[in-house]
Parts: sequence; C-alpha cells; structure tokens
Amino acid sequence: MDLALLLEWIIKSLVLILILLTSFAYLTFYERKALARIQVRIGPNRAGPGGWLQPVADAVKLIFKEELTPAKAYKVIFVIAPMLTLLPALIILAVVPFGSSITLFGRQVSLGITDINVGVLYIMAVASISVYGIVLAGWSSNNKYAMLGGIRSSAQMISYELALGLSIIGPILLAESMSIGEIIDAQRGIWFLFLQPVGAIIFWTATLAEVNRSPFDMPEAEQELTAGYHVEYSGMKFALFFIAEYMKMIAVSVILAALFLGGYRGPFVDQVPLLGPLYLFVKVFVLLFIMIWVRATLPRIRYDRLMAFGWKLLFPLALTNVFLTAVGIILADTYGPAFLWSIPLMSILAFLVVNYLARDRIATASAQAVSFRR
Amino acid sequence: MTALQIIFLITAVITLGAAAMVVITRNLVHAALWLIMTFFGISVLYVLLNAGFLAVAQVVIYIGAISILMIFAIMLTRRVQQDFGPQTNAAWPWALVIAAALFGGLIWIFSGWGNFFTQAPVMGERADPLRQLGMALVSPEQYVIPFEVASVMLTAALIGAIMVAWERK
Repeated sequence: MDLALLLEWIIKSLVLILILLTSFAYLTFYERKALARIQVRIGPNRAGPGGWLQPVADAVKLIFKEELTPAKAYKVIFVIAPMLTLLPALIILAVVPFGSSITLFGRQVSLGITDINVGVLYIMAVASISVYGIVLAGWSSNNKYAMLGGIRSSAQMISYELALGLSIIGPILLAESMSIGEIIDAQRGIWFLFLQPVGAIIFWTATLAEVNRSPFDMPEAEQELTAGYHVEYSGMKFALFFIAEYMKMIAVSVILAALFLGGYRGPFVDQVPLLGPLYLFVKVFVLLFIMIWVRATLPRIRYDRLMAFGWKLLFPLALTNVFLTAVGIILADTYGPAFLWSIPLMSILAFLVVNYLARDRIATASAQAVSFRR
Repeated sequence: MTALQIIFLITAVITLGAAAMVVITRNLVHAALWLIMTFFGISVLYVLLNAGFLAVAQVVIYIGAISILMIFAIMLTRRVQQDFGPQTNAAWPWALVIAAALFGGLIWIFSGWGNFFTQAPVMGERADPLRQLGMALVSPEQYVIPFEVASVMLTAALIGAIMVAWERK
C-alpha cells in the first residue's frame, strides 16, 4: 500500500463527506421550496437572493441554540446516540462509484471511494446499524414519548429491512455480482428498472420506511408522540438527527439510481467520463423530487397498518419477486435472452395478484387489532 | 513490523478490551454496547484476513440483528439494569486456571501446525474468495449437505417461532 494511494483515499473520502454535507443543506432548501410550490406557497425567500442563503441561516441558528440535557437522561448514551445516527449515513455511499475513472495529475483516479466485491451486502450492513442511534436516543432520553418513538421506529426499520434485502437480490442475480460497479456495468444495455419493475417499487417503498420518510414517518408523529425519539434533543444534537435523515434520503436515492437506473451510465459517458457524476446527479435530483412529492401527497399511515403492510404484503411480494427472477434467468439461459422479459411480465402479474389478495386481508387484520385494543 | 501487523495489534487490543468491559461494566446497556464494539473488532479481523464477506455478514447478523434484540430485551426490563452485587464468586481462581490452560493448549496445538510462522500470502487481483465460497457451499463434493442441513434447521426454527407466537382462537 503506497502513500499516494492512501492520500487518494483520504482526499476522496473528504470530498464525499463535504459533498454530502453541502447537498444535505441544499436538500432542506429544495424540500421546503418544492413543498411550498405544491401547496401553492412561495417558501423561504428572505435570506439571500431568492432565499438561497436559507440553509446557512438555519445552520447558524442551530449552532447558537442552547443545548439542554435532561437531568435524568443517561448522559453518555444521550451524547453518543446522535453520532451513531449520523455515522451510517456518512459511510454508506463509500462503495458506490460516482463515475468511471479519470486521469488526474498523471494518476488513474476512479470516481468513488472503493468498489468492494460485497458492496451490496455492505450497504445492507450499514443500513442495519442505523437502527441503533434511534433506539438509543429514545431510550437514553428517559422520556416515555421518546421511548415509544424509538421502539416504533426500530420495529419499523427491522421489519422493512427484510423486504429491502430481498428486493436487492434481483439486480444481484441479473448482474451476477454483488459489487455495485459491476451491477452498474451490467446495465449498459438496459436499466434494471425495466427488468425488475416490482423489485424497484419494493426497494423504493422499503427505503422510504428505512429512512423514516413520510408516509412512514411514524417515529416523528407529532400528534401522538410530540416529536418521537428526538423530543429531548436540542441545538446541534438535534441537528445531527436532522442531517442524518436528509443524508440518508440522498444515500438511498444514489443507491436506487445505481441498482435500478444505471448509476452514472448515460449516453457518451464512455467517451467523456466527467459526464458520469452529472447523470447521477440528475437521476438523484429526480428521485429526491419524487420523495418530496410523496410527502406532500400521502397522509401518514397508521402504525398497525404499517406493520401489516410490511409483513403481509411487501415481504411475500419481495420473496415472490426473487423466485420469479431466478425462474426468468433460468428460462433465459435455456431458451435465449429474449426470455429475460418474462421477469417483468411474471412479477407484475404477481404484484397485481398479491395486491388483490392482500387488500381485504390487511383491512381485516387492522380491524381485528382495533377490536383487540378495545 | 508491517502496517498490517500494527493494525492487527490495535484491533486485537480494542476487541479484547471491549470484551473485558462487557463483563466488568455494571450497566447492562453499556455492556451491550461494549459487546457491539467487540463484534466490530472481530469484523475488522475478518477484513484483515481478506474475508470481506464474513466481515459484512458479522456486522449484519451479530450487530444488526442479535445485539439489537439484546438491547430491546434490556430496554423492556428497566428495573434490572443496575446490579450492585459482587462481580465474582468463590470459583474465580479455577476459572482463571482453566482459561489459561485452554489458551496455552490452543497455542501449543497451533504451533505444531506447519504454517504457524509463515506470512499470509498476498491475494492476486483476480482472486475472488466470495465466488469460491459460494461454489463451495453448493458443490456436492464440498459443503452442500451441511449447508442444506443448516437451512432445514433454520426453517424449523422459523416455523417454531411462528407456532410459539400463534394466537389460538
């Protein structure tokens, strides 16, 4: 391991973290502006021209806010929890390439920190760690609303992780690799979105639940839990939770783009490698807009329905999708590549069937839950 | 001393220290967190051994699933998380002797193995341990029977869990 390589890694990591932090700040601005437009308002427009300095103003406000620690909180864990929440959001994108390699100062520099052969599994591992920050924040606050919020969110994240992991298996099977770089290269001809439409939908739904975005933002239900797991946090510690949530939004958009939308691939990207990050940025921008759009449109889903949805609809569907993908790949191997198109056909059919079957099942299950509570 | 050895020593000290803290600390939640630290150390050791898949699986299973279950259990039993009783009992010298004997015995057995003092060979660019592992798990000459037996056992455990949690009407 030579020194230049080490230096390259450190610089690339720093650049990635700086990009994430900046884009986090402007994502809050983007979300507020887009939400405002959807609700026929103007949105932030006071700080700077057109409101473009609003993130800076927010940051200054959060830094100078007074920080409170509840007297009966478990101090050490109370301080560690926000850091544990932010850390996975920072490191999860380390395995995703942002473009092919470019030549810089006579060195071949690949755009992306590293491309390990278990990249997809690494993403799953980091996603599974991110539960800790929320659970510990809820518990260490020594506050029943925070505790309830923490338990709700961790139950939700653990439940949806299953469907998330199963939906990733589709691209792995099609690309015959777990490295994100190779999955992106396998989409040179056609995006996996078209071969795995159901997988992409499951992935998107499960990640919305994973990052606690609406309509799955149960942990932050203001009406029932005041603010959920971070009710006792203020100032910069609260800001860390906030940063983590928005960075996770960016991270899952990048991962979805890499797994299903061809990542940095686009026309002429082989000739001009610098186009790669640009294509990725456009795709992520569109995906983030869909996230904001969903938040503006859909009401929050009730907790028991949320669990029923995750376990009784999403999970079986993801399992079916894995099975059908495997069948489709075997068909394509035996009868020719045109049979790959049987995967989307069969999986969309399964999607409709499961949808139809689960419709009244979830309704009866939640009705039972309600009668049980009474 | 190579850079790899220095990293190994640091990781080993952190892992062992965290493992000791698991039994020393009096707060159960802190003990669970130290245990997570230990698991991380072990997963770093796997990375040093070029076993990226095992390292990530360690994080997914032990940290992402088992430890979170422990933390849940501790959080739901709030009154027993502090314990001020003595941390050792009368048999601790015997435990020390047995532990030392086991450690010595393991070192003795491994030193009889021919490759004890050789450096780990550097893996080539083209080496793909993950593919080899996958093939080994499904090839009939290697580990397909243990693999299938483990799958059947896990399925049985899953069905058992469902039966235990089944709400009989």
